[in-house]
Amino acid sequence: MIAALTELETGQALPEVTLEPVSRLDLIKYAGASGDYNPIHTIDEEAKKAGLPGIIAHGMWTMGNLAKLFTPFYKDGFIEDYSVRFKGMVFLNDVLTLKAELEEKRENKLYFRVSAVKQNGQEVVKGKVVFALYE
Amino acid sequence: MMTRMFAHLIGQKSKPVKNVVERGAVKKFAEAIGDPHPLFIDEETGKKSRYKGNIAPPTFPRVFDYGKIPGLELPKKGLIHGEQSYHYKRPLLVGEEIQCWAQVKDYYEKQTRSGRLSFLVINRYGADSDGEIVFEDEQVIIITEAVRKEMAK
Repeated sequence: MIAALTELETGQALPEVTLEPVSRLDLIKYAGASGDYNPIHTIDEEAKKAGLPGIIAHGMWTMGNLAKLFTPFYKDGFIEDYSVRFKGMVFLNDVLTLKAELEEKRENKLYFRVSAVKQNGQEVVKGKVVFALYE
Repeated sequence: MMTRMFAHLIGQKSKPVKNVVERGAVKKFAEAIGDPHPLFIDEETGKKSRYKGNIAPPTFPRVFDYGKIPGLELPKKGLIHGEQSYHYKRPLLVGEEIQCWAQVKDYYEKQTRSGRLSFLVINRYGADSDGEIVFEDEQVIIITEAVRKEMAK
C-alpha cells in the first residue's frame, strides 16, 4: 500500500486492481447513473442487431473504473488530465485489470501511463493521467 | 455528397445549460464505477477534507446536460466512442452549479481497412459561478460508412 504518491519513483506502478467479471447489472447500473441508455450495452438483441456477438461495456464505464486507482490520493492532489483511447470491446464476464505506471515526474506533476487489460492480455483502454500535486 | 457531412458544423456550439453537481447523482455514479470512496459520498469525510466538501469522480461530467449544438443530428445507434479526455482546473465540488456547453471542434474522414471512417471531435466545457472553466472534455466519435449511409437516407 502506498501512503502518498510522492513516495512513488519513476517506473513504479500503483497497486493493480482486478475487477469482478463484468456483469449485466454493472452495465445497467452505469446506464442509469450516466444516462447512456444505448441498448448495445444492456440488451442482447440490440447488440446482435448492431453486429456484435453480445452486449459490450460502455467505454466510459471502464474509463470511470480506471480512475479509481487515483482516488485514495485526492488529499495530495487531483487528476488534472485524463485521456484515453478505447481500443477494444469489453464483453460480459470479461475480467479487467486496472494499471497505472509512473512515467515521469516534473515539478508538481506526476505523469502516469494507465490501462485496462483483459484476462487474455488485450489492452482495451489505454491512456494517460497527469496528477497535479498541491502546494 | 456523403463526404464531409459534419464539416460545416465545425465551431458550432450549444447555449450553456445550468447543471448542479447533485449529491445523489454523484453517489449513484461513484457506485456504478465501483468507486464509492468516502470523499465522493460521505459528508463528514468531505467536510474534514481539504475540499471542505465532497467532490465528484473525474468522469462524472458524462451526466451533465450540455445543450444542443445547432444543426448537429447524430444517430442514436452505431456510433463508436474512440477517444475521451478530461482536463481539470480543480475537482468538481458536490453541490456547486456548473454551466455546461459543447462545441464541434473538428471533423475529418480517413480511409481504413474497414472502410472510410468519419471522426467527429466534440469539446465540452463546464464553468463555475465565477465563470472560470473548471473542466474541458474532448470526445472523438467514430462514424462508420454504414452509419453514414443510413443517415444520408
